[in-house]
Amino acid sequence: MRNRSFILNYHLMLIPGAVLLFIFSIVPMFGVAIAFQDYIPTKGIFASEWVGWENFGYMFSLPDSKQIFVNTISIALMKIAAGLVVPFVFALLLNEARIVLFKRTIQTVVYLPHFMSWVILSGILINMLTLDGLVNQILSWFGREPVMFLSSNAWFRPILVASDVWKEFGFSTIIYLAALTSINASLYEAASIDGASRLQKLLYITVPALLPTVILLATLSLGNVLNAGFEQILNLYNPLVYETGDIIDTYVYRTGLQEMQFGLATAVGLLKSAVSFILILISYGLAYRYANYRIF
Amino acid sequence: MVKETNKIADSGIYLILAFSALLCLAPILYAVALSFSDKAAANAGLVYFWPVDFTLSSYKEVLGDRFFFISFGVSVQRVVLGGIINFLVTVLMAYPLSKSARLFPGRNAYMWYMVFTMLFSGGLIPWYMTISSLKMLDSIWALVLPTAVPVFSVILLMNFFRGIPKELDEAANMDGAGPWQTLFHIYLPTSVPSMATITLFSIVGHWNSFFDGMILMNHKENWPLQTYIQQLVLSLSSIMNTTDPEEIKRLSAISNRTLSAAKVVLSMLPILCIYPFLQRYFVSGIVLGAVKE
Repeated sequence: MRNRSFILNYHLMLIPGAVLLFIFSIVPMFGVAIAFQDYIPTKGIFASEWVGWENFGYMFSLPDSKQIFVNTISIALMKIAAGLVVPFVFALLLNEARIVLFKRTIQTVVYLPHFMSWVILSGILINMLTLDGLVNQILSWFGREPVMFLSSNAWFRPILVASDVWKEFGFSTIIYLAALTSINASLYEAASIDGASRLQKLLYITVPALLPTVILLATLSLGNVLNAGFEQILNLYNPLVYETGDIIDTYVYRTGLQEMQFGLATAVGLLKSAVSFILILISYGLAYRYANYRIF
Repeated sequence: MVKETNKIADSGIYLILAFSALLCLAPILYAVALSFSDKAAANAGLVYFWPVDFTLSSYKEVLGDRFFFISFGVSVQRVVLGGIINFLVTVLMAYPLSKSARLFPGRNAYMWYMVFTMLFSGGLIPWYMTISSLKMLDSIWALVLPTAVPVFSVILLMNFFRGIPKELDEAANMDGAGPWQTLFHIYLPTSVPSMATITLFSIVGHWNSFFDGMILMNHKENWPLQTYIQQLVLSLSSIMNTTDPEEIKRLSAISNRTLSAAKVVLSMLPILCIYPFLQRYFVSGIVLGAVKE
């Protein structure tokens, strides 16, 4: 009896959250019907005309669409790779630093950009990268011509990757640092007695101990292959760099909410959601099978 | 010999670490320096990491900007309201979900339901249509309700709750405490670091988001601060939409870099103020929450 009232109360506790999720996550999932309609807002979703796969066909017939998928995937892959390697190396270096106060200060500073919004960081970046901005001033010391970084298709992707690494590398070291604390100290002692050098200890104890974490993170990031960083790109790009920097999310935003082509934009968004969903399932499956990783 | 190479390695490591830390601070310092600099010096590109011709005029100008304060107010409002909602929803969901499926038969169904909403989304357009058909555009609720359930935080806190010894629960039950009392008198007081972590995450998240304000708020008075700043950023980036040097000159003459920098710095301030607390809790909170049975 008592148990039953407990369970009833558990349901009561979960209802508010479950209802909110239903309204703001589940209901929009039914809204993907727009992707199969010639959606007209005044008519609404029930009265708009059904057009089957027409929006998808139209999407693939557009010359831009291939470029957008290529951009999205290549930017995302570069970010994933850099986002795995840089924090890994940084955590190894941080682990070698012995002065505790120094280590803490460095950590405090490198975590900071993670907590700033892309609006703020883009504001600063744009200021730094304009023709008379900080970077071009420094280049001029070396007698270089100023570069229009943010309207150059050669520079735009490197800037996206570099600024993303810059924002997140510090914060991403946390997970490696946590893995480092779980290494048994007696391993290092035994290695020292056997005459291992510092580099050998790093290569044969620390790196192998971190590898499972790296592999797990790499596997899980498979689900992000279509997430190239909407907020960052929205704040940094302009029509001159659409060729290298326009991604699925920015395209959906522009065609959907600015040009009001709701059907097309929903179709593109749905394709992205569906592919991402499959990729996440695969990555979780792999992570569960080989690393016994569970999301819950 | 070994000592020698060790010393060289050490100094190399310290140098790289210090340099990376400086790299993280540099852009922020640049914005601060710009905001305290004289307009002419800033436009002439003389400012590096220290103010040139120190002046407070940009900040005085911000004080005269009514919309800056209005949007600052909207941001404070959404942080307080959104933070409270996030906190309540997270705690109330994490507690029952931390029970085993044996004790609470519906547990796994709720869990899958919640995780599904995290893995699949209808996309931007249907999301926007849903909120607009609920007549929530231009209302503060549009900024706090759609993000009311931070699934990641729920999982974090749930994992932390699972680490609390079952004996505590049983003892409380013996003494006649129901689930609500157990949650509020036993679980909450023992998980302060995790609570602090999720609260700070939700504060930072609410303070930093701009996109919802940008598409859901049609009137300028309803913009949160980040949306307001975003419009400035956009106008700045419009300078780069053109390759015509004359046009660039004209636009950069109008653009007010020191004023924008002052606004950017002011909008960073609240985050910088809570940063020491964030620092203290989030590492332990994340690591503890990640521990699983």
